[in-house]
Amino acid sequence: MTIGLPQYLVVSGVLLALGLFTIVTRKNAVAILMGVELVLNAGLLNLVAFSRFSGNLDGQVFALFGIVLAAAEAVVALAIVLQVFRAQRSVDASKASDLKE
Amino acid sequence: MDLTTNSLLLTWTVFTPFLGLTAILALLALRPALRLSQKAVDEASRGIGMIAAVVATALSIALWVDFDAGTSNLQFIHRFVWMKAWNIEFFLGVDGLSLSMVILTAVVFLVGAIASLPWLGKLDSHHPHFSGKRVPGYWILLLLLETGVFGTFASQDFFLFYVFWEVMLLPMYFLIGIWGAPSRKDPDGRTRGGPYAAIKFFLYTLAGSVLMLLALIAIYYASAPAMLADGTQGPHTFNLVHLTAQAKAGVFTGAKAILGVPFVHLVFVGLFLGFAIKVPMFPFHTWLPDAHVDAPTPISVILAGILLKTGMYGMFRFNMQIFPESLAWASWAIGIIAVINIVYGAFVCMAQKDLKKLIAYSSVSHMGFCLLGLAAMTSTAVNGAVFQMVGHGIVSPMLFLLAGVVYDRAHTRDIEGFGGLAQKMPEYTAITGFAFMASLGLPGLAGFVGEVLVFLGAFAAHDGIFRVLVAISALSVIITAGYYLWTMQRMFLGPFNHRWDHLSDMNWRERITLYPLAVATVLLGVWPAPVLDMVRETVNTLMAGM
Amino acid sequence: MHDVAPVLQDFPLLFLIPLLPLLGAVWNGVMGKTMQRRFGHAAIHLPAILLPAGSFVIALWSFLTLAGAPHGTSMINHLWTWLPVGTLQAEVTFLMDRLSGVMALVVTFVGTLIHVYSTGYMKDEPAYWRFFAYLNLFMFAMLTLVLGDNFLLMFVGWEGVGLCSYLLISFWWRDREKATAGMKAFVVNRIGDLGFSLGVFLLFWGLLTTPASPAPKGHDDPHGVQAASHQAEAAPLATSIAFREVEQILQDPIKRDRIVNRDILGMGMMTLICLLLFVGATGKSAQIPLYVWLPDAMAGPTPVSALIHAATMVTAGVYMVARLHFLFTLSPVAMTVVATVGALTALFAATIGLFQYDIKKVLAYSTVSQLGFMFVAVGVGAYWVAIFHLMTHAFFKACLFLGSGSVIMGCHHEQDMRKMGGLRKLMPITAVTYFISCAAIAGFPFFSGFFSKDEILWKAFDSGNMLLPGGGVILWAITAIAALGTSFYMFRSYYMTFSGEYRGAAAAHGHDAHAAVAHVAAHADPHAVPADSHDAHGHGAHAPVESPVAMTSVLAVLGGLALVGGYVGLPLLWGLPNVFEAWLEPIFAGTAQRVTSAGFGHGAEWVLMGFSIVVAFGGFFAARILYKDGRSPFPARLLASPSRLVQATHRTIFNKYYVDEAYNVVFVKGSLVLSRGLAIWDTRVIDGAVNLAGTIGRSFSFLQGAIDRLFVDGLVDLVAKVVQAAGDKIRRLQTGHIQAYVQGLSLGALALVALAYLLAW
Repeated sequence: MTIGLPQYLVVSGVLLALGLFTIVTRKNAVAILMGVELVLNAGLLNLVAFSRFSGNLDGQVFALFGIVLAAAEAVVALAIVLQVFRAQRSVDASKASDLKE
Repeated sequence: MDLTTNSLLLTWTVFTPFLGLTAILALLALRPALRLSQKAVDEASRGIGMIAAVVATALSIALWVDFDAGTSNLQFIHRFVWMKAWNIEFFLGVDGLSLSMVILTAVVFLVGAIASLPWLGKLDSHHPHFSGKRVPGYWILLLLLETGVFGTFASQDFFLFYVFWEVMLLPMYFLIGIWGAPSRKDPDGRTRGGPYAAIKFFLYTLAGSVLMLLALIAIYYASAPAMLADGTQGPHTFNLVHLTAQAKAGVFTGAKAILGVPFVHLVFVGLFLGFAIKVPMFPFHTWLPDAHVDAPTPISVILAGILLKTGMYGMFRFNMQIFPESLAWASWAIGIIAVINIVYGAFVCMAQKDLKKLIAYSSVSHMGFCLLGLAAMTSTAVNGAVFQMVGHGIVSPMLFLLAGVVYDRAHTRDIEGFGGLAQKMPEYTAITGFAFMASLGLPGLAGFVGEVLVFLGAFAAHDGIFRVLVAISALSVIITAGYYLWTMQRMFLGPFNHRWDHLSDMNWRERITLYPLAVATVLLGVWPAPVLDMVRETVNTLMAGM
Repeated sequence: MHDVAPVLQDFPLLFLIPLLPLLGAVWNGVMGKTMQRRFGHAAIHLPAILLPAGSFVIALWSFLTLAGAPHGTSMINHLWTWLPVGTLQAEVTFLMDRLSGVMALVVTFVGTLIHVYSTGYMKDEPAYWRFFAYLNLFMFAMLTLVLGDNFLLMFVGWEGVGLCSYLLISFWWRDREKATAGMKAFVVNRIGDLGFSLGVFLLFWGLLTTPASPAPKGHDDPHGVQAASHQAEAAPLATSIAFREVEQILQDPIKRDRIVNRDILGMGMMTLICLLLFVGATGKSAQIPLYVWLPDAMAGPTPVSALIHAATMVTAGVYMVARLHFLFTLSPVAMTVVATVGALTALFAATIGLFQYDIKKVLAYSTVSQLGFMFVAVGVGAYWVAIFHLMTHAFFKACLFLGSGSVIMGCHHEQDMRKMGGLRKLMPITAVTYFISCAAIAGFPFFSGFFSKDEILWKAFDSGNMLLPGGGVILWAITAIAALGTSFYMFRSYYMTFSGEYRGAAAAHGHDAHAAVAHVAAHADPHAVPADSHDAHGHGAHAPVESPVAMTSVLAVLGGLALVGGYVGLPLLWGLPNVFEAWLEPIFAGTAQRVTSAGFGHGAEWVLMGFSIVVAFGGFFAARILYKDGRSPFPARLLASPSRLVQATHRTIFNKYYVDEAYNVVFVKGSLVLSRGLAIWDTRVIDGAVNLAGTIGRSFSFLQGAIDRLFVDGLVDLVAKVVQAAGDKIRRLQTGHIQAYVQGLSLGALALVALAYLLAW
């Protein structure tokens, strides 16, 4: 069988699903962050795949740009998690509700 | 009769208290700008109120001086069209009957105003005196009430009369409700006290007003066209002079009967009941004891001294002046009720243990004489009834002031709880004895003149039943003597009850209110001519309509 | 008819007679307290005595002027119109004719003397000023009563004396009993006043409305009366209520007959008028049935008892009937009633007097009894005799009361005669004057009372005016028995008080006739006088001493008058001039012809006079035997007798026939119960109805409110409630948990995808 666009999309879909599943089910903020990364990368994979099969490079460029952004995002998110951990001695996202109205 | 405006003196008298209240309102509005303290505002309100009361009295005396007692025509007329659409006029004017009441109003309010000044003796911090409570509001309402009463007596337009009549109602409600006794439970667990009494007074009088309003509207639509103050012809009229003339011409007797009852009788009854509640006439009298017991002293003074007279005045002015035939038709029913008022009131007095309640019921009894005089429809009796209004208007304020004197000190009015007070308060005892004697109709004092004229007049009434009624109601002289002397005995005589060691005799504020009234009682008792002369022509005219 | 037309002579000083005491009353009432504190008693009693004395002088002056004027002259002083109303013209006018002249003299003279006496009797009274103020006020009221020329002015005095009587009886008000006595006096008097005023109303109405033409019999049907009154309004008979004008009207036989023939309530109008007026007289003059207040009135200071309750005020009823003789003589029924009530009262009170121990009570009942004699006199038409007895009574009874006051003061405010005795040696002047007065009241020959009382007995005997034939003789019999009783109990009081040994204080031993009672009483503290201010004599248990000269001098003057005062009215029988009768003759001339004699001759008069003397001495000797020196054991034995009859009789009479108790139950308790009942009715039923109306109103509005709330407003509320409930549920979704949102988001997206597929399929 040839590896075509659908296969890419299936992988991307699986990644998305796993990421969402992680986000929804995990309490640990770090794990949620990892889920977010999965979802993000699923999206990026789609961009690359469409780019590859549509014949222009715009998607590839956009994916690279997204990876850079994801790195920055991860940094910020991890910093927040770290601060939350410092403040509450816990990384449980559901407990970090002090700022809730 | 010339009904054009010829003097503004009466209008000034009527609205002087209103000016005073406007001044107090202005003061309140300016208070933040002027940065006045609460105390300053209170003192200024009292000052303005007193000035208004004094000026009103002075103006009413000026009216008296200028008054021509030789005619029953209206004097000091001020008349213009007020609401053209409904042919309502602003029409003030007085005849002898009105003027006697206007002067009495001014005097009673002056006394009431003085009695509203703060307690000059030692203040008892446990029982704050009403005179220190929400002072500006109190004076505003008091002055509004005075304008209302003045207007009631001076209005010669039925609608204007009704407006002033209602104006009287509202301030009284608040004055009793807010400055009166706080709410409490009586021994039977029923709620009593200022708010209860105020609501009772308000609703009761309002019920009367509704009847009056219905009668007023009925009369208006039954009335014939008449000339308005601006010279135009209106299809109907509220003008009392026109109404009286039309009644004499038979306009109302010709009106259609309602449910088989002649129109005039129906209207008469409506008006009469409206006024009777205010008098108060048995069996509509029960608001009076409650209102008196829980009202502050000056309000009791005003209530007994002048507000009750508005009812009697209304009967003379409307029932007698406009519907003399209906009065004749109802005369013996009114006579019987009057006797019930007199005798029943006196008996109920005897059983009272609260001094103020006793005096309140004695008012019921004494106003019965006015009713009897009205019902008897002889010149002597009507003169007597009017004199009784004035006499009672002087004596009953004294009695309520006196009840206030002892209540301010002892914080109770339970007659049985005193005893031997003459030892501690000799002056108070003497003046109370005097007031009691005046009230029980001792010859030479004001109470006697009215009583004896009513009796003599009623005895000579056409209808023989009045001789029986006089004989029965004369019983009241014994009962009255009984309850007053028994009260004297229980409160003042006998061994001194040492519980009252702290009581002090009268202070100057109380003397200033009481002694002039006492002097007036003696003067009118030995020389009643000023009042009788003033009302003679008016009464003659009223009688001529019979 | 008058022989001479009445002449009215202006005497402009007349008003000063009542006014001067009024000034005294006002001065002492207002300034007295200060004056007394600053200047002592003299500052009080000087004006208080001088002003009534001034009245006396003016009264005397006016009286002498009157005496010098021709027959039928009256002194008049018009001041102002009191009640200027329509047909009623009540004037303030004082009138001194021969009748009111005599009265004014008696009142001012005795009154002034009693003022003098009071300076001694009341000298330790802290409220000295108040006493004199009241006393002066009384003089004013009494003189107004006497000198007023019309019904209403008389009524002013009439009520005024009642007021003063109240004030003075309750003078020592700290004692509840005394205060009550005052109240009782006033209220009982007011009952009389009611009768009086109704009588005046009726008279006035009768004068106004009597038809102008003689109506046929049966004109008193309602239509007749109505027609009559209509007519009368047009032409009233009288526009004045002055006595003399009413008298003049009634002298016109046509007008008179119209009123006399008119029937009211099945009774002659004139009879009804007179009976009502007489009710007033019974109240003021303490006759049956309204006498009950007078014995209690003895609670007042003794000078008061002398002045008001013996000499002056209580005689007002007699004066009134005499003044209105022109009415009373027109009604034989009324005259009979007056005389009968008088006679019965005389006897009734005399029997009670027999057994009293309180010296003042004895005198009180004797006063009631003597007033009864006077009413017998006016009842039989012997008006001048009544006034004569009124005058002599004023002298001797005032003297007796003042003597008793002297005794009471001497015995340290002891009034029980069982604790007196032997005072003749200790208080000689009092004893002598008391004896003279006793002799006068008993009717010893040549004492003042003899002339007046004997004349009453004779006039009663000879009366032809009683309805019942021979009624005069019955009247005479009753009054003669009363006279016997009078003589007995007066001398009983004299001997118990003045003879024998002093039994008060230290010497209290039960050798008195009534040992048992006295014994108990003697052990009580003799000084246990009520804690009144007047108990300030600083006395110990020492013997009584004679009173100060202010008191004894007055006693002497009055005692002298009790002795000789009767000589102005010597019996014509003796062929001596009767100045008094001649003096009053013009007053009563108008009705003299209506007063008829039963036709007994001089022989009968002589016999009766002899009998009177026998009666007087009979009572005297009986009392002397039984009570002199307290030696006779008979009274004690009689009272100790086990006989039921004796015991019951004594107890009944001693307790005054239980009349007070009966009145108390019937009238006092009755009206109290009635008033309480009515008060409860008022709060429960009448006010209950008002409150019920309020409650019903409130319930109705509550119901309305409920309907409004449940149905009308309910619909609106329902919408709101649904929204609210939904929001309440939905709100829960917003938890703030991002995970939950994402979950929802994912599931939602999935669902959308599934939906898209399903739809495409």
